[in-house]
Amino acid sequence: MAMIDRFKPKFWDTDNAVSPGRSLFNYRRIWRLAILLLTVVTLVPLLVLTFIDYNVTRYSLESENLMRTARTTSNTRRTVAYFLNSRDKALEFVANQNGVDSLRNPATLKGILDSMKHSFGGFVDLGLIDSTGRQVAYIGPYQLLGRDYSGQEWLANTLTRGSYTSDVFLGYRDVPHLIIAQRITDARTGKDYVLRATLDTAQFNAILSAIDLPGQGDAFIVNHHGVIQTPSRHRGAIFSHVDLPIPAYSEITSVQQETDRHGMEYTVGYAYIEGTPFILLVLKKTSELMKPWETVRMELLWMLVVSIAVILMVIVGVATYMVDKIYLADQTRARALHQMEHTNRMASIGRLAAGVAHEINNPLAIINEKAGLIKDLFRFKEEYSHDERLLANVDSIIASVERCGRITKRLLGFARHIDVHVEPIRFKHLAEEVISFLHKEAEYRSITILMDIPEDLPDFISDRGKLQQIFLNLVNNAFQAMSDGGHIAITAHQAGGDTLTFEVKDDGCGIPEADRKRIFDPFFSTKKKTGGTGLGLSITYGLVQELGGSMSVESTVGKGTTFTITMPIKATPSEARKNEDTVG
Amino acid sequence: MTEKVLLIDDEVDFLENLSERMRVRGMDVSTAQTTDNAIDAVESAEYDAIVLDLQMPGMNGIDMLKVIKERHPEMQVILLTGQATLEAGIEAMKLGAMDFMEKPADINSLTEKIKKAQAKKMLIVEKKAEGKVKDILASKGW
Repeated sequence: MAMIDRFKPKFWDTDNAVSPGRSLFNYRRIWRLAILLLTVVTLVPLLVLTFIDYNVTRYSLESENLMRTARTTSNTRRTVAYFLNSRDKALEFVANQNGVDSLRNPATLKGILDSMKHSFGGFVDLGLIDSTGRQVAYIGPYQLLGRDYSGQEWLANTLTRGSYTSDVFLGYRDVPHLIIAQRITDARTGKDYVLRATLDTAQFNAILSAIDLPGQGDAFIVNHHGVIQTPSRHRGAIFSHVDLPIPAYSEITSVQQETDRHGMEYTVGYAYIEGTPFILLVLKKTSELMKPWETVRMELLWMLVVSIAVILMVIVGVATYMVDKIYLADQTRARALHQMEHTNRMASIGRLAAGVAHEINNPLAIINEKAGLIKDLFRFKEEYSHDERLLANVDSIIASVERCGRITKRLLGFARHIDVHVEPIRFKHLAEEVISFLHKEAEYRSITILMDIPEDLPDFISDRGKLQQIFLNLVNNAFQAMSDGGHIAITAHQAGGDTLTFEVKDDGCGIPEADRKRIFDPFFSTKKKTGGTGLGLSITYGLVQELGGSMSVESTVGKGTTFTITMPIKATPSEARKNEDTVG
Repeated sequence: MTEKVLLIDDEVDFLENLSERMRVRGMDVSTAQTTDNAIDAVESAEYDAIVLDLQMPGMNGIDMLKVIKERHPEMQVILLTGQATLEAGIEAMKLGAMDFMEKPADINSLTEKIKKAQAKKMLIVEKKAEGKVKDILASKGW
C-alpha cells in the first residue's frame, strides 16, 4: 500500500465530482489519453518496421537456402553424370578399338578389365553377349559364361539404342550393381554383339556420401519410378520406394519444399541425370537450414520487447510528470481564484457593515446626547439630583450606547481592513480584538484563553485585516480541536532583532504525524464530511507568507498543537506612524 | 473664558441636544443645520472652534471644510462623523482639520478638544497680532 502511495501521482486522487469548477480538467483522463496517443504513435511505426524487417530477413534467408541447395544438387549431379559418362565412354572406346574377335579372346578381355579396373575403378566384370542373348565371353568373379540373357529388357534396349545404363539391381548374383552396355557390330559378319560391364555401386555410393550435408541432410539417387538406388541415411532402404513425390522431367535442377509423411518439412533439390534412369535427390531439413533465422528472430524479438518496455516507461513517466505539473498549476489557479473570491466577498461584507454602522451611528449619537442632556439636567437642577434610580437608569442608557458604539466601530474597523494597507500594529490590541469576536463561544464552552503578551513588545508594521484573519483562523482551529473546558494560550515575544514570534497553543486533540505535512495543502481536511473546506490553514499560510512571515506547527496527538508564526518588524514608515497618532 | 463654538449637523435632535449640553458647560454655542447657514454663520462671526459633521446633504463635510479653511485658515475645525473611514479621516487631516471624532462621541472628550482648539486659536491670533505689531514697527520706524 505504501509502495503504491509512493508511486501514485498527486493528481490521481482528485475527486472531480466533489469540486466541480475547482479543477478544469479530468486529470486521469488526460493522463490516459496522453499515454494512449504517445504509445500509438511510437509503437505502431516500431511494430511495422519490425514486421517488415522480420519478413525481409526471413525471405532472404529462405532464398539463400534454396540457392545453396540448388548449387549442391547441381554439383553432385555433375559429379555423378561424369562418373557414369566416363565409364560409358571407356566402354565405347574398348568396343570400338578391339572389335568382336579380339574381345572373344578371354586373355584380351582380362587385360582390358584389369587396365580398366586400374585406371577407372568400379568395374567388376566384363562380358560379350551375342545378339541372341548368350554370353560368349566373360571375365569376372562369377561363373557367368554361356548364360542366356535373351528377352531381357536391357539387351533389347542396348541393341536398338547403341548404349545403355541400367538401374541398380540385384540380378543373378544377389548384390546391388548396375550395368553399362555397348553395342558392337562385328565388322566381319555384320552381326551385332553387346559389350557389357558391371559397375560395383560402392564407388558410386561414395560420391554421394562424400557430400557434406549439415544436420539431417541426405543425398541419394532414385530411378524414374521413385525406387531408391543408393543408400539413404533417412529415407529408407535401398530398393524401397521413396516417400517423396518425384517431379516431372526437367533438364535443370529444381528445388522444392516438401513435407514427408511425418509432417517434417524438407528443402529438396532434384536433378535428372541425363542418359541414365537416375534422379539425384538432395534433402535438407528446412528447420535445420532456418536455424540462423531462429537466432535473428530471437534478437529481433528481444530488441522489440526491450524497446517497447523503455518507450512505455518513458511515456508513462513523461505523461505523469506533465499531468502533475498541470495539476499543480491548476491547483494554484484554484487557490488564487478562491482567495480572490474571498477578498471580494469580504469587501462586500465590509461595505454592507460600513453602511449599517454609519446608519446606526447617527441615531446612536442622538440617544447619547439625549441621555447626556438628561444626566446634565440631573446634575445641574436641584429637584432631580437626589433621584438616584433615575440617574442609574440614565447611566445605563449611556453605557449601552457606548457598547453599541463599540460594536459599530468594530464593524467599521472590519470594513476598513478589507483594503490592503500596512500600519503599525500593537499586537496586544490585535489579539484582544480577535478574542473579542470569540469570547462568547469561549465562555459558553468554558474555554480558558490565556494571553502572555509583554507590554514592551514593539509595534510592527503589517496589514491589520490580514493579521486579524490569521489569528482568528488559528484560534478558531484551536476551538475546533479541543473539547469543552480546554485551554488556549496566545504568547508573543521578540525573537531577535528584527522578528516577532507569536504562538497559539491549545491542548486539543493534536494532529497525527501523517497529516502534519499536508495541513497547509489546500483542500486537505479531516472534516470534509462535516463541511470542512480544507482551506482555513492554507489561506492562513498564504496570508502569513504574503506578510513576509513564516509559519510552523508542532503537535502531539492527544496533548495539543502549537502554531508558531514569525513576523518581521519592518522599519516604521513615518506617514503610517503619524496616522496612528492622529486617528487612533 | 467662554468658548465660542459653531455646531454644524443636519440632524436637528442631535444639534439641539448637543448645543444645550455644551451651553450647560458654559460655552457660547451657535448652530447651523445646512451648509448655507453654516457659511453665513462663519462669515458673520468669529468662532473659537467649529464642530462639523462629515456627511451632510447638499455639500459634504469635506467640501465644507475646504470652504471654511479657504476663507479662515486659522479656524479650528473638529470633525464629527458616524462613518469613521480612515480615508475620510486622513483627507480631513490633510485639509487642516484639527481633530476627528466618531459618533457617538463622549461629551467630555469633545469639550476638552474644543478647549484645546480655543487655546490653539488664541495662540495663532496672538502670533498674528505680534506679527502685525512687528510689521508696524518695521514699516513705521519712527
